[in-house]
Amino acid sequence: MMHSAVSATERAPLLVLAWGNRSRGDDALGPLALDALQTWANDAGLGAQIEFLEDHQLQVEHALDLAHRSQVLFIDASVRAAPPFEVRAVQPLRDHSFTSHALSPEAVLAACPLVGVAVPPATLLGIRGEAFELGADLRGAAAAHLAAAVAWAQAWLASASSTSMNRAATSKPV
Amino acid sequence: MTDSATSSSPFPLETAAHPERLRRVAIDPVSRVEGHGKVTLLLDEDNRVQQARLHIVEFRGFEAFIVGRPYWEVPVMVQRLCGICPVSHHLAASKALDRVLGVTQLTPSAEKMRRLMQYGQILQSHALHFFHLSSPDLLFGFDSDVRQRHIVGVIEAHPDIAKKGVLLRKFGQEVVRATSGKRIHGTGSVPGGINRHLSPADHRLLRGDAAQMVQWSLDAVHLTAQLHAAEPALYNRFAAFDSNFLSLVRPDDGAMDLYDGRLRCIDPTGQRLVNDVDDQRYLDLIEEEARSWSYMKFPYLRTLGREAGWYRVGPLARVQTCDIIPTPLAEAERQRFLAWGAGRQVGGSLAYHWARMIEVLHCAEIIQTLLEDPDLREGEMMAPLLPPGERPGEGVGIIEAPRGTLIHHYRVGEDDLVTHCNLIVSTTHNNQAMNEAVRAVARDDFDGRDITEGLLNHIEVAIRAYDPCLSCATHALGQMPLEVSLVNADGSLRDQVLRAPGGTLQRPSLAG
Repeated sequence: MMHSAVSATERAPLLVLAWGNRSRGDDALGPLALDALQTWANDAGLGAQIEFLEDHQLQVEHALDLAHRSQVLFIDASVRAAPPFEVRAVQPLRDHSFTSHALSPEAVLAACPLVGVAVPPATLLGIRGEAFELGADLRGAAAAHLAAAVAWAQAWLASASSTSMNRAATSKPV
Repeated sequence: MTDSATSSSPFPLETAAHPERLRRVAIDPVSRVEGHGKVTLLLDEDNRVQQARLHIVEFRGFEAFIVGRPYWEVPVMVQRLCGICPVSHHLAASKALDRVLGVTQLTPSAEKMRRLMQYGQILQSHALHFFHLSSPDLLFGFDSDVRQRHIVGVIEAHPDIAKKGVLLRKFGQEVVRATSGKRIHGTGSVPGGINRHLSPADHRLLRGDAAQMVQWSLDAVHLTAQLHAAEPALYNRFAAFDSNFLSLVRPDDGAMDLYDGRLRCIDPTGQRLVNDVDDQRYLDLIEEEARSWSYMKFPYLRTLGREAGWYRVGPLARVQTCDIIPTPLAEAERQRFLAWGAGRQVGGSLAYHWARMIEVLHCAEIIQTLLEDPDLREGEMMAPLLPPGERPGEGVGIIEAPRGTLIHHYRVGEDDLVTHCNLIVSTTHNNQAMNEAVRAVARDDFDGRDITEGLLNHIEVAIRAYDPCLSCATHALGQMPLEVSLVNADGSLRDQVLRAPGGTLQRPSLAG
């Protein structure tokens, strides 16, 4: 059942998953980074290598989106990250967010084996944000953080997609 | 309960006569609901509850945010109210703006695409709520080990149930994506119609899974029914009270209709208090009262007044206000549900879960049927719009959102900018009911006892049954701990409990 959702082997090997509310000031950092990266990937001819997903918040079923990925990049606004952004590897962890309506990236990874999905290597890009008022635009500092984070993510994705393509080339039958 | 202590309020336990003499317990925030709420209990010297309130402490201000925007932006913008049911706002706004533009009849393709979107939305939201947020309480018990009482605990203990829940939600989201164009903040519904048909690929995708979703939904209904049968005393008693019930029903036959209809309200005996009211006249029917201790208003029927006119909305209301569910499997399950009430309306708050799964089944059946309709893939998408100067300029859109009746009301000027916006969201309709549920639990389960995590969870279970959406913000990286403080009458801290990451309770040593 749900073959399209669970076992789509034709999926792009790289997934960028960003979340946040575009109407709440710096909470839009994740989605805005996603927009910039998607435009860049298309211009760079990497569109087939990378899938871009946006949501309001992470949930258990996002584990299904992680199936058949060689790398996953999570992107969110962060009130704790040192400016302009922080990057860290994400490991599966059954943290307290399982009792909430919004899961952490760690908790989503932890849910993968429980829905039959192999845990992919994952990285979290937390972009420093400070103000989250309804209707507000990005703070000036947040815009600078965004630009720096996007530049880092472009380099990361270029490297990851190159690795992914090399793997695909070497695995082709002769 | 001490009635004399609450004589200043028409609602027992809402307002204590001498709050300054009472100890205060706060649950802040309430967990496993959408957004933040806060519960306060005031206890006398014998630990008897004298006052219990659910406060909504976040002010959204979304109505002011909408005023001044071009009307065509509104159906997309209002989706940012909520991360769980954005489509309900999308469609309620679209329906209201149809009226603003003078459209009273959509094209068949537009109406059916919107309906498919709506039923997919309710299916995914209900699946999230039941399987992810509430099933841990119901399957393991309210007092069970908090380290197990979450969705992963359910996956480990009942992998088949949990996986069905995850995939049901996924299916509902695929319906939303296929009809609205995007997973979130879709643009499929526009004032006056729609802007896309269902693609052949999406049609094949959804049609291939629809029958399985019906079966899994039926399994979920049976699970909730079995839970009631296993502990009838608990399910009948817990947070149970009489109330009126309000929902839309289909004109002519009174059938359940989650997309459109006329307003009906019944009393606890099933007697119709209000029937066949045009949705455009909601202001004639409903009044909202503000109270000083909560940002969320308290709606009631004008004709009955604030003390007798409050009501419940949502699944428990809908399965009882309608005369029939127009899909066979769900109607059969509704009859089984009604038999549980033995001639009276079912009033226990936990029955919301059973009713919610009946609606999931209904949604799955509707989706399966709609997918056979060629109008989804072809046909006129837009109804003719009146030019400025001829259009009414004002409209109301009412829809049955997952949590209950949702009202959007707009006025739009000749310059196409919104001049007035009034939203009554489902959780607001249930404000009095959730407070009654908290008081019932406080009175029956909390009175005279010490704070434990399990006991606190009883209060949260009662609130959670209503699936409240208390906030529409999403969160930056961070954590949401639970802090409970017991304060003496003189304001000094008597006890404090912190729910730490992982769910364990800690009692930090108190200074002095």
